Amino acid sequence: MQELTQQLFNGLIWGGVYALIALGYTMVYGVLRLINFAHGDVYMVGAYLAFFTIAALGSSASSIAGVATVFLTAMAGCAVLGLTIERVAYRPVRNAPRLTALITAIGVSLFLENGGQLLFGPNPRAFPQILTARHVLSLAGVSVSSLQIAIIATVVILLLLLELLVHKTKVGMAMRAVSYNRSVASLMGINTDHIIAFTFALGSALAAVAGILVGLYTGTIEPLMGLLPGLKAFIAAVLGGIGSIPGAMLGGFVLGMAEVLVVAVGYSTYRDAIAFALLVLILLLRPTGLLGTGTVEKV
Amino acid sequence: MSLCVLKNMPQLATETANLKPSRSSGGTRTFLKTVLLIVAIALALACLDPLLSNRELFSPYAFRILMLIGINITLAVSLNLVNGLAGQFSIGHAGFMAVGAYTSAALTYYVMGYPHGGILSTLWILAAMIVGGVAGGIAGFLVGIPSLRLRGDYLAIVTLGFGEIIRIIILNVDAVGGPRGFSGIPYLTSFFWVWSTALGTIALSRNLVTSTHGRALMAIREDEVAAQAFGINTVRYKVAAFVLSSSLAAVAGVLYAHYDTYLNPSSFGFIRSFEVIIMVILGGMGSTSGAVAGAVIVTLLPELLRAAAAVRMLLYSALLIALMLLRPQGIMGHRELSWKQIQSLFLRQRRRAKA
Amino acid sequence: MLKRFSIAAIAATAAVILVTAGCGTKSAQEIPIGEYASLTGDTAEFGVSTHNGILLAVEEVNKSGGILGKKIRLYTEDDRSDPTEAVTAVSKLINQNGVVAVLGEVASSRSMAAAPVCQANRVPMISPSSTNVEVTRKGDYIFRICFIDPFQGYVMAKFARDTLKIGKVAILKDVKQDYSVGLAQSFSQHFQKMGGTIVKEASFSTGDTDFRPQLTAIKAASPEAIYVPAYYQAVALIARQARDLGITVPLLGGDGWDAPGLVRIAGKAVEGCYFSNHYSVDSENPTSKRFVEAYTKRFKEKPNALAALGYDAARILFDAIKRAGTTESAALRNAIAATKNFAGVTGTITIDKDRNAVKPAVVLKIVNGKFVYQQTINPE
Repeated sequence: MQELTQQLFNGLIWGGVYALIALGYTMVYGVLRLINFAHGDVYMVGAYLAFFTIAALGSSASSIAGVATVFLTAMAGCAVLGLTIERVAYRPVRNAPRLTALITAIGVSLFLENGGQLLFGPNPRAFPQILTARHVLSLAGVSVSSLQIAIIATVVILLLLLELLVHKTKVGMAMRAVSYNRSVASLMGINTDHIIAFTFALGSALAAVAGILVGLYTGTIEPLMGLLPGLKAFIAAVLGGIGSIPGAMLGGFVLGMAEVLVVAVGYSTYRDAIAFALLVLILLLRPTGLLGTGTVEKV
Repeated sequence: MSLCVLKNMPQLATETANLKPSRSSGGTRTFLKTVLLIVAIALALACLDPLLSNRELFSPYAFRILMLIGINITLAVSLNLVNGLAGQFSIGHAGFMAVGAYTSAALTYYVMGYPHGGILSTLWILAAMIVGGVAGGIAGFLVGIPSLRLRGDYLAIVTLGFGEIIRIIILNVDAVGGPRGFSGIPYLTSFFWVWSTALGTIALSRNLVTSTHGRALMAIREDEVAAQAFGINTVRYKVAAFVLSSSLAAVAGVLYAHYDTYLNPSSFGFIRSFEVIIMVILGGMGSTSGAVAGAVIVTLLPELLRAAAAVRMLLYSALLIALMLLRPQGIMGHRELSWKQIQSLFLRQRRRAKA
Repeated sequence: MLKRFSIAAIAATAAVILVTAGCGTKSAQEIPIGEYASLTGDTAEFGVSTHNGILLAVEEVNKSGGILGKKIRLYTEDDRSDPTEAVTAVSKLINQNGVVAVLGEVASSRSMAAAPVCQANRVPMISPSSTNVEVTRKGDYIFRICFIDPFQGYVMAKFARDTLKIGKVAILKDVKQDYSVGLAQSFSQHFQKMGGTIVKEASFSTGDTDFRPQLTAIKAASPEAIYVPAYYQAVALIARQARDLGITVPLLGGDGWDAPGLVRIAGKAVEGCYFSNHYSVDSENPTSKRFVEAYTKRFKEKPNALAALGYDAARILFDAIKRAGTTESAALRNAIAATKNFAGVTGTITIDKDRNAVKPAVVLKIVNGKFVYQQTINPE
């Protein structure tokens, strides 16, 4: 029983990471109906930006100011990257068939991955542990490290902030309007281009945070690190109902837990397969995802 | 948008009715012409085969590229049936290729007893293609039935999921090698088989597009609810398209398995599925000739870029983005390259030469 | 119009390429050598390391005048970490560049895919680091200069039983790498034959970064050591997470551990752990020292085992060309097969009748972040 709780707790961490990345997917999908396959690679760039910032800061990276700088730099850098990608690769094809943008997204993803391998070298790098040395606490028989607490706290705070943003601010309302109906929103006076750009920037910044957290948690980063988490986060977003922010959060956690449980039970060889099987099952029972709004097709 | 389709629906219905193949006296003539054409093409391929396979006459490297293009054409055109024609977003195609590849390889490796020559190897490759194709069709049926109830991006995810599930199952079957791969498969593929399959798939696709069934699929693509309202059994058509597409992909897999004589589950992941999607969309969704063009480009481009060494893939991805930005509807858009167009191309040139 | 023109242009270029594909630009003053490696894709790291090792060897030999009076011309093709691409790459090297021999690949899967092509064309192929037994069974033109999986498993099993006197071991293997699966299988077999018990066998997949589920289960089985025959990236993380979970027993491993990155990423977590290897980067052996110096100067980083193996593979090929006195395929093949006691960076190498390398393995212990030699274990 204790082992199970331990495993579930570990699953919580990965669930949070997938949730952060999934949010970026779902937000962009909401406003653009585009699956941004390059999102996982933005997460990778975030991790590398943090890596280089830490190297630049040297020893002061472990201080509170240093940590803040690292996070903010990576978030800002990824936001700019997201904006650039949107402007250069997605905006020109916004009115083209949806699948065109999909191919462009795949192209951008490949570009970032290969560029990363060329620029940063294909070897994994050790990610410096800038958060304070880990004490292992014991809560109800489950061993918890301070880093894990920090990760969960960060994820929860960001999720709450995002919910606040989306539901209590004008920008958030604009985002929701654009995701319901882009053309009508622009008729209402909303600058859709700006809102879309903002969504990209926001999603990319969240991905950057996820990248840093994973770098800290696993201790290593490499140019292809975004491939699998990106795919899983996409699955999480669809699982929760693509376009729904609470759905992305839920989907992320469900996927993270499910994965860990499958491995814990001992079927790690089938882990990916079971994750997909779970996905298939849930979608068959609830075709628009767990929290997705079933769009009634009007004739 | 649905209103527009509704308005055109009656027109579509009458057009569909008029497309019924007529079994009048002209029918036997066209039938004979088709048979003659098929025999002529088969003979041409059979003659080309020894010429192109000859290492002295034709570079084996170029030959390999031709074979890969042929296999990719079958893959792309088959995927186009589902993605382009029926408008269902499927990204698990590599899984069906794997099913065909592995079942046929298991057959020839364990049952055939290698090597054989001449007529026996022809029989075996045919058997392999049939077995693989049927296996692929069954897989397509099993995947299609549950998945096709979903729409759009949800369908995409589920097909992706099934593709990965298939791959992971294969990875865990030790009899076909698992992570170490399946080697020692008999070499049975030839230029003739690869290209007759490719051309056959193209012909099948073209015929389907101009047939009533093709119209039904296009109607489903344009507006599924309206199509249902007009009495088209959407589920049956979608599943049928899926099964056809998956069996063709499986046959491509069979040919690939008996060409490289080595299979590894890592070759059939979602990256391979994405590659086929790129072929279809780059060429122009819904267009058979587009899928062909896409297959040629996606196979050829990395080879042409080999000189770029380290930056090859970077250049490839940049070109991909550029191509989609320059021509978002794909190279052929929705249009098809028809015989008339090819003929007029030559005629125009001849006319220009005369003048 | 533009569309038709561009299609015609692509077709024309393609036609030119295909036609000229038959003619390779061969210079009589050069010996063309082919290399196929995963320079991009998910095993890019291994391909690049091996490539660097081979490059260094080629540059060195050309600086000293080449072989048989001719310079070596290295043609490298990227296979994108994909077996199909590997076949295409090798086909191009043999048919378009007219190479006399092929070096590659790291991954057994890609070696197995490409070997039939080399064999059919009678072009000798030397794999620097493919360890699956099947690779050299593809034909008598296929060689390797590294261990095969069964040997390393035996080495660590023997070391664990005889030297460490351990009876209960847990195994954590990478189920997606045939290297890892092969070593785990061999270790398990030999360890149990020697009287030990495998208390738990768990697995993960390449690319995983969280091993806590498996480690938690392993901890519950109370092993005296954990055998982790995987690549260093995973091992480093496994070590750290194991220590985090309170597992204090030593980890054992294979040559996949050998990289500067292991200690860099794992830090103190791998202290006191053991692994089998071809050599040690801190070795006092003059050949090794010279290689490490030259490599570090050229590539600004320390070489790992793959780079060393690439270097040795290339040098064995050059040595064989010299001994054969010609690049004619059968003679070259025989010369490679006759390699005896070649003083490589990764040990003294002899090619046996199965075209595998006979070389002893060393067991290293990680002490204060350095790989310290423990003992040599010979083939049984």
